[in-house]
Amino acid sequence: MGVVHIRTPLDEETVLSLKAGDRVLLSGTVYAARDAAHKRMSEMIEKGEPLPLPLQGQVIYYVGPSPAAPGHVIGAAGPTTSGRMDKYTPALLALGLKGMIGKGYRDEEVVKAIARHKAVYFAATGGAGALLASRIRKNETIAFEDLGPEAIRKLEVEEFPLIVINDAYGNDYYRQIADSAD
Amino acid sequence: MREIRYETIVREVAEMCKAANYELGEDVITAFRKALRAERSETARDVLDQLVRNAELAAELRMPTCQDTGVAVFFAELGADCRVVGGRLQDAICEGVRKGYGEGLLRASMVGHPLKRGNTGDNTPAIIHLELVEGDRLTLHMSAKGGGSENMSALRMLKPADGWEGVKGFVLDTVRKAGPNACPPLVVGIGIGGNFETCAILAKRSLFRPIGERHADPEIAALENELLEEINRLGIGPQGLGGDTTALDVRIEMHPCHIAALPVAVNLNCHASRHRTVVL
Repeated sequence: MGVVHIRTPLDEETVLSLKAGDRVLLSGTVYAARDAAHKRMSEMIEKGEPLPLPLQGQVIYYVGPSPAAPGHVIGAAGPTTSGRMDKYTPALLALGLKGMIGKGYRDEEVVKAIARHKAVYFAATGGAGALLASRIRKNETIAFEDLGPEAIRKLEVEEFPLIVINDAYGNDYYRQIADSAD
Repeated sequence: MREIRYETIVREVAEMCKAANYELGEDVITAFRKALRAERSETARDVLDQLVRNAELAAELRMPTCQDTGVAVFFAELGADCRVVGGRLQDAICEGVRKGYGEGLLRASMVGHPLKRGNTGDNTPAIIHLELVEGDRLTLHMSAKGGGSENMSALRMLKPADGWEGVKGFVLDTVRKAGPNACPPLVVGIGIGGNFETCAILAKRSLFRPIGERHADPEIAALENELLEEINRLGIGPQGLGGDTTALDVRIEMHPCHIAALPVAVNLNCHASRHRTVVL
């Protein structure tokens, strides 16, 4: 199976070239944010406040890492279940978010919003916390430090192994697999 | 009356927390390798291979296999002929969790209020189930239970008329609905009978069995095998990407129940199936 190398920020050409089921190696900046951070960002958007991270062309990684050992960039850093962020996602896509990394299925509204705004949702291997951490080169807390593991971090990743689950055409790789299993 | 010191419990609990998170059980690794040999899907083999390599890397670096180092759940069997001195058993367990999760660089994954959501900062409180047993030992079973698998677990009060087919249907529905979310391949713990709360505890308790160990009652063991086969025929596969290995193991615990009831609880565990036992 072929693997595509892609870089962040994701431009439209890159997003449109990706199809559900594609294997990619992603390099560049991704922003770690999960439940509590998404709730805060949702409230900030509603109040018209500026967000503490750029969104245009960017990728959010749904992760709450364990603490880093001395001399290490990050602790274990595998994906958390993306569906819990579904409620907050269409608003972020409307503001220019182009990619999300997590694991597990997205709901119908998010799958449609991903196609409407031309973005892509990737899955990383759940539970591969040590392996995925070994592909993270930099880790900087940039907002909501009080949230501890749920703070927003700016991460530099190198050849992060991902699978495209939802593409800009409305396809869903989990659905495709389930349909072919019947 | 044998005495077990508070400090001993704190120390042993801290070590269990770390060990459970750094090293997967041998039964788990064996199950991964067995599944690797049998898997027909290339993607599934690739995922299983990643999980084996991840376990090796985590053990080597003494880091958690997964960033979700879980709620610390304990089943404590306190022998009638021993007692804890120097403090309360529950406090000793919580202090052990605080110590293990702190010095072990494990993640603080507890919020103090389910609605207000402030992180407690030290992964306490632990969830503790206490049983009084015969003898003069204190046996502690610890499960590092992650949120992903727990969130896809389910409980239903079936009707007696639903029978085994109804139970099977509910289990398969639960696994199907979980799909990729609970990090398959799963370990599926099932509690049948008891009351609303007890079938859930039975299901959780069943997660401590080693993979491959069947129920002592051959009739129940046969049901476990039947369900494992049917779950794997769903084709969900490792990480929901398709394959023959949707579950590594199914274990069932039963209990007497009300004449009007057939409670069933399905407690899913992810592929890591992290637990440890120590006898003090």
